Amino acid sequence: MNKEILDGLKQEGLKAIYPKGTKISVQMGTCGRASGADEIYRMLEKELKDSSIILKKTGCLGLCEREPMLNVFIPGQNPVVYVDLKPKIVAELLPFWKKGETPEKNSLMQLNGKEFQTNKKGLKNAPGIKKYNEIPFYKNQQKIVLGNCGFIDPDNIAEYVARGGFSVLYDILTNKKPEDVIDTVDSSGLRGRGGGGFPAGKKWRTCRNVPAKTRYVICNADEGDPGAYMDRTIIEGDPFRVLEGMIIGAYAVGSSNGYIYVRAEYPQAVETLKRSINILRENSLLGKHIFGSDFSFDIQINKGGGAFVCGESTALMASIEGKVGEPRTKHIHTVVSGLHDCPTVLNNVETWGNVPAIFSMGVNNYTKMGTKGSKGTKVFSVVGNVMNNGLVEVPMGMSLNEIVNDVAGGVPEGKKLKAVQTGGPSGGCIPVALMDTPVDFDELTKLGSMMGSGGLIVMDENSCMVEVARYFLSFLVEESCGKCTPCREGNYQLLKILERLTKGEARSDDMETLEELCHTIQNASLCALGKSAPSPVLSTIKYFRKEYEEHIHDKKCNAGVCKALFEYEISTENCTGCKLCLKNCPYEAITGKKDEVHIIHKDKCTKCGICFDVCTFDAVMKV
Amino acid sequence: MSILKPILDMHPPTSGSLIAVLQDVQDEYNYLSEVNLKEVAVGLGVPLQQVYSVATFYNAFSLKPKGIHVIQVCLGTACHLKGASQLNEELHHNIDIKAGEVSEDGLFSVEGVRCLGCCSLAPAMRIGDITYGHIKLNKINKILNKYRS
Repeated sequence: MNKEILDGLKQEGLKAIYPKGTKISVQMGTCGRASGADEIYRMLEKELKDSSIILKKTGCLGLCEREPMLNVFIPGQNPVVYVDLKPKIVAELLPFWKKGETPEKNSLMQLNGKEFQTNKKGLKNAPGIKKYNEIPFYKNQQKIVLGNCGFIDPDNIAEYVARGGFSVLYDILTNKKPEDVIDTVDSSGLRGRGGGGFPAGKKWRTCRNVPAKTRYVICNADEGDPGAYMDRTIIEGDPFRVLEGMIIGAYAVGSSNGYIYVRAEYPQAVETLKRSINILRENSLLGKHIFGSDFSFDIQINKGGGAFVCGESTALMASIEGKVGEPRTKHIHTVVSGLHDCPTVLNNVETWGNVPAIFSMGVNNYTKMGTKGSKGTKVFSVVGNVMNNGLVEVPMGMSLNEIVNDVAGGVPEGKKLKAVQTGGPSGGCIPVALMDTPVDFDELTKLGSMMGSGGLIVMDENSCMVEVARYFLSFLVEESCGKCTPCREGNYQLLKILERLTKGEARSDDMETLEELCHTIQNASLCALGKSAPSPVLSTIKYFRKEYEEHIHDKKCNAGVCKALFEYEISTENCTGCKLCLKNCPYEAITGKKDEVHIIHKDKCTKCGICFDVCTFDAVMKV
Repeated sequence: MSILKPILDMHPPTSGSLIAVLQDVQDEYNYLSEVNLKEVAVGLGVPLQQVYSVATFYNAFSLKPKGIHVIQVCLGTACHLKGASQLNEELHHNIDIKAGEVSEDGLFSVEGVRCLGCCSLAPAMRIGDITYGHIKLNKINKILNKYRS
């Protein structure tokens, strides 16, 4: 690989992104495929067999709620994004696309704006189609790390190069010293995006300054927080970005061996990375003498074994070494002695993804985004009881209110927002009264939560906060490695208490015991998993104490979630005797004749809730 | 010669390869048998105790055979909010198994995973290569019958 070949790839990529003929690219991230994109792609493959229309795959544009989605590129016009697709609808629209037309039906928007332009010549507007910056979900986002996802073909290195890829690496290897690179990353204020928020530049500098023959760089793609899938989307949609970031980091710290640790539950991401790494090796962008320089670096992929604790840096490294994922104390940090006792830089996928952008935008522009203590953007997965479940990238400093209501469309079905949970099982719940809190590492920590990797779970009025705490504890108890007593025994006891609360078997001193246990576990646990396990409990007690007291003293769950604290009954006023609940009950717990009020037999009822879900007359009540 | 030679040959013969080797054995044989664990220990020069320790630590490994179709139910937060524990219970009820068991015909086993990363499709589950989303409890039977026929 050299400058000429890179320029050649750029030209090739420009023609691939905006070809002379029509192109259709189907969004084929894991979520798109789970929604039905596979079927649509296969159908288009068949229909376009003898056509000149180019069919491609792309990653995810983030609006997962509306998948399957695809993009139609008519030459000379902004690409148009179609949503909520089924094979029948695609069959209806295909004749128009073949004629070079982009009808309004099932269209969401056109990709206008600088973010999607690669040529100097502008593209025409698609008639009658809304613009990208008119869509509430997209208009307030600032896509840096997600800039290519859902737009380019993630397997085509030429398209990545056409979007500026590897020109940063070329410039660095040609013109900059490793220390210059570290200075730039330092000045950018980039903080780890995996949850720790540690300054990346400081980490790199410390690693480089340790006298050693061998150093390692690792990409943490374990993404264990349930409800978070930012890293999966970045890898599936723009893998070369992450790899370029790692190569830059390896050059900066002086490493020639890198690892990507990917959770096994992401098979598509693993395959994507395997392909991308092979392509880079074929193009001499991994391996010996990258860009003809003295710098050599290669990357190995390690799959996780389904252990949340392996997202913790020392446990992750133990896992790469073939051992059980037990963390160790960090009085010697892993930057000094990490993988195979060598200085190691471990950063999250999104952190690595920011690195090329810092150089291509320049530090001044990069630091214009965000707050004083949290520069740049953050990718969030906004999920749960929200209108537009999906992935967003916003500048740090945007308030939770703006993210949940303006970007993600607020809580659906007329229900009220109750809380937002951030930071995964190590984080906390922030009540609706504090929704103006800006998204910032330090602001969120002040409230008893944390940024975490970016999972943002929206909870409506039907969420029971005691049950939420129990859920997170049950997760952490299962995932605890068992090494240290405070976590292994303490979190287990916390869970037992919370289970009693949700079953209506609370003791009067449970509140006191809960709080005391939480503080002991926080102080005495060996690693971050144990130390932060009490956070969901403490934050829900802080902001929702009344709910705890209702569970303990009144044995009531007003959210209607804790099964032991309510029963299903059929309203004599509303029931029309339609038999729908009866037919759907898997336990034969409902009896009744047609047109007569039905009865739920409590001895057979398991409270599965199917009757509640299927009844169209609001006749099934929780009492 | 070890029956695991083809797998062992794909990895450096060191203790560092242990997890990767066990993953390949799990994929090939559907579980980690005692015989295979011993083969791995000998093949990599690692004490059996260490192999056993790793095999029982990670959720991805099973020392008992799994069903032909392993149903992975997502128990992540978004799915939990949308009824994943109910889905989990109903799957066990439909297949008539208790937690950790394989159905009598050997066709199905159910395991909870955290998480599949398809939160907008909550509640979700994966069977083989196919991820199912927005699952309604009264549609479970229809989905499973596709695999029964």
